[in-house]
Amino acid sequence: MTTIDTHAGAAPAGSVAGSGGAAASLIAVADWLTTTDHKKIGRLFIALAAVSSLIAIALAALLGFERINADSFQIFANDNIGQFFSFFRVELVFGAVVPMLVGVAIAVVPLQVGARSIAFARGASFGLWTWLAGIVMTEISYLGNGGPGGGNQTMVDLFLLGMLLMIIGLVFASASIAVTVLNSRAPGMSMERAPVFAWGALVGTSALVFTLPALAGNLIYAFVDHRHGRVAFGGNAGIMDWIGWAFGQPQTYVFVLLAFAVLAEIMAVVAGARHMLRGVVLAGVGIAATAVLGGVIQQQQTMMWTGSTGDKFRDLAPWFIFNVLPIIGALAVLGASMFLLISRSPRMIPPFAPAMLGVGSVLVGMIGHALSTISRTNLAPTVFEEAEFVFVMYGGILAVMAAVAFWGPKLWGRSLPGNAVMGTSVVAFLGTFLAGLPYFVAGFADQPGVTANGFAYEGPQDLWNIISTAGHALVLLAVLAFVATAVTGFRQGERPGDDPWNGVTLEWATSSPPPADNFADVPVVKSAEPLLDLKSGGAA
Amino acid sequence: MSIALPAGPQPAPTRRVTVGTAIFGAAIASLIGSMLAVWLKFRADAPTRDSSDGLKVIKDWLPANVSIPEVAANVMIITLIVACVMAQWASYASRRHDRGHAAIALGVTAFMGLAALNAQFYIFREIGIGVGDSAYGALFFALNGVVTLLITIGVLYSAAVWFRVIGGRVNDRDVVAAHSLYWYILTAAYVAVWFVVYVQK
Repeated sequence: MTTIDTHAGAAPAGSVAGSGGAAASLIAVADWLTTTDHKKIGRLFIALAAVSSLIAIALAALLGFERINADSFQIFANDNIGQFFSFFRVELVFGAVVPMLVGVAIAVVPLQVGARSIAFARGASFGLWTWLAGIVMTEISYLGNGGPGGGNQTMVDLFLLGMLLMIIGLVFASASIAVTVLNSRAPGMSMERAPVFAWGALVGTSALVFTLPALAGNLIYAFVDHRHGRVAFGGNAGIMDWIGWAFGQPQTYVFVLLAFAVLAEIMAVVAGARHMLRGVVLAGVGIAATAVLGGVIQQQQTMMWTGSTGDKFRDLAPWFIFNVLPIIGALAVLGASMFLLISRSPRMIPPFAPAMLGVGSVLVGMIGHALSTISRTNLAPTVFEEAEFVFVMYGGILAVMAAVAFWGPKLWGRSLPGNAVMGTSVVAFLGTFLAGLPYFVAGFADQPGVTANGFAYEGPQDLWNIISTAGHALVLLAVLAFVATAVTGFRQGERPGDDPWNGVTLEWATSSPPPADNFADVPVVKSAEPLLDLKSGGAA
Repeated sequence: MSIALPAGPQPAPTRRVTVGTAIFGAAIASLIGSMLAVWLKFRADAPTRDSSDGLKVIKDWLPANVSIPEVAANVMIITLIVACVMAQWASYASRRHDRGHAAIALGVTAFMGLAALNAQFYIFREIGIGVGDSAYGALFFALNGVVTLLITIGVLYSAAVWFRVIGGRVNDRDVVAAHSLYWYILTAAYVAVWFVVYVQK
């Protein structure tokens, strides 16, 4: 019998800086820059990507503002507007949501599976710095008139290289997580007993490993062609035709798969019970991952619903597989979690709010996309698609807020004020709806997508764009407030102890923050909820 | 205070490098697969014209002055298959704790990789077109450039494992087996490239 109550090995983060002086600060900085501790790598991913998320949302608000009174307001030059729309998507997807969710997984998964470190820790670290170099290069390229459709050829090349670096970094980090789940589980923890979040991390990161190299292939082609002759891929203007699939639905579902796992994990704690439909949750995450298929074929599956009955059903099958199947997976996770909730006396905890609202937002985006791929709706070239994207990606940000509030006390040793977490998440959700919903309506009125000027349609077009702009601004405010809460809370917040939520999985069995090697002894596991066994007096 | 959990036995040695290499292999399959898909799309969409006698429809896909060195491509594929055999020999020798044979096999694997690189650079030199001359040129050099990079990684992988083995870590079976898996994956990927680019053209 072993009690894990000591901080074995190296001191936890922050202790080096405590020794005083500039030299100690330099050592602390060097320690963070060269770290192979998965908890530090994960936190760096989250913190750096949070900055990108603020940039992306601010840009979305500015683009929304540009759309108000489409013929008079001019923040961006007409020639560059397409670049800014792509900047928003690149920054939000690869600068913010994907690295933040990957960062959460890097920090949490080894603790959940009872591993002392992440597999290929140097690979994960390489992934972090490569991704960072990539996003910085991408941002510089946009500032220098680069990006898809950019006028500065060198900066367009820099954009392509930056994107490639980001993908390489994220693939390395994802592979580290997947190998950890497959190979570093504690004794007795079969895959059936793996925590729901760890399972979701395996599915989500595997999906990234499969789909991101497909994007890398297109980027390599585009880069080689762009540097030499521009004869094949349409030069700078044609780049988005080849890589645009990675910033649209259903590929974005792959990027937020971990959001479902975050919700399912928090639900078990809220209910304080075993997942009675655990198999349904695991299968649901897997079914949602069928979005990989939609991503790698790199084109939309539209339902035409014309011709003979046979033709109609031949259309229906691929439309269903590519657009509806991920919704069924998401509903399975949500349904099983809700079933757990109503069958017990739930104990509401603050991270539940952003997790639930995040998955709800993603689901709205998914349903919207299934609708827009029915050809008779004629929604494909309108802002309707932008609304889907906003719902899915902002839902991902809400899930990150939930994960940070939930596992923050474990990773930082201090908790965030519950009211602030609930308040910011409700405001962010409200902002998401205000940002997305008007574009659903404006899509039916044929407001064109990826343009901010020179359009007019019947109806209160300025009103829709004003509401949407206000929504983006609200999300920006909420995320800013959450970041401020996290920065102060994790430095000065209360110390809630090692198991503040009465958790059920292994990460709550070690100290907060965990020691460098996570566990003094490798724990042995005999069920999917080892701590619940222990607390209820059964065998662990 | 943390919760007491029974300590487990020391974890058994895992096949972490093999699993990691397999996942990296999945990424390689996705990368090469997507690049070949784009290649096939360009070839399918290439403009057509009637032949001079008017009897055939010709696809304007291959540039007029291209000269594909098929022999070098065939040599490359044979070289990569030999590299697989040698990598498997190294794995077999490692299982038998035979450092000498493992080192020789790994050395030959790396040499075969270098030979494949030599053949690839010969193809680059002899193909007779530039990168920016045509869509075919851009696609050919991008796709084969990626193959060149992957073979280079393979050679470095062999060299790293060779150093470990001659340093005495011959029993590190996970690493040696993962190394052979990498060459299998690489060869499979190249067979697909060879078939699409050099056989079907």
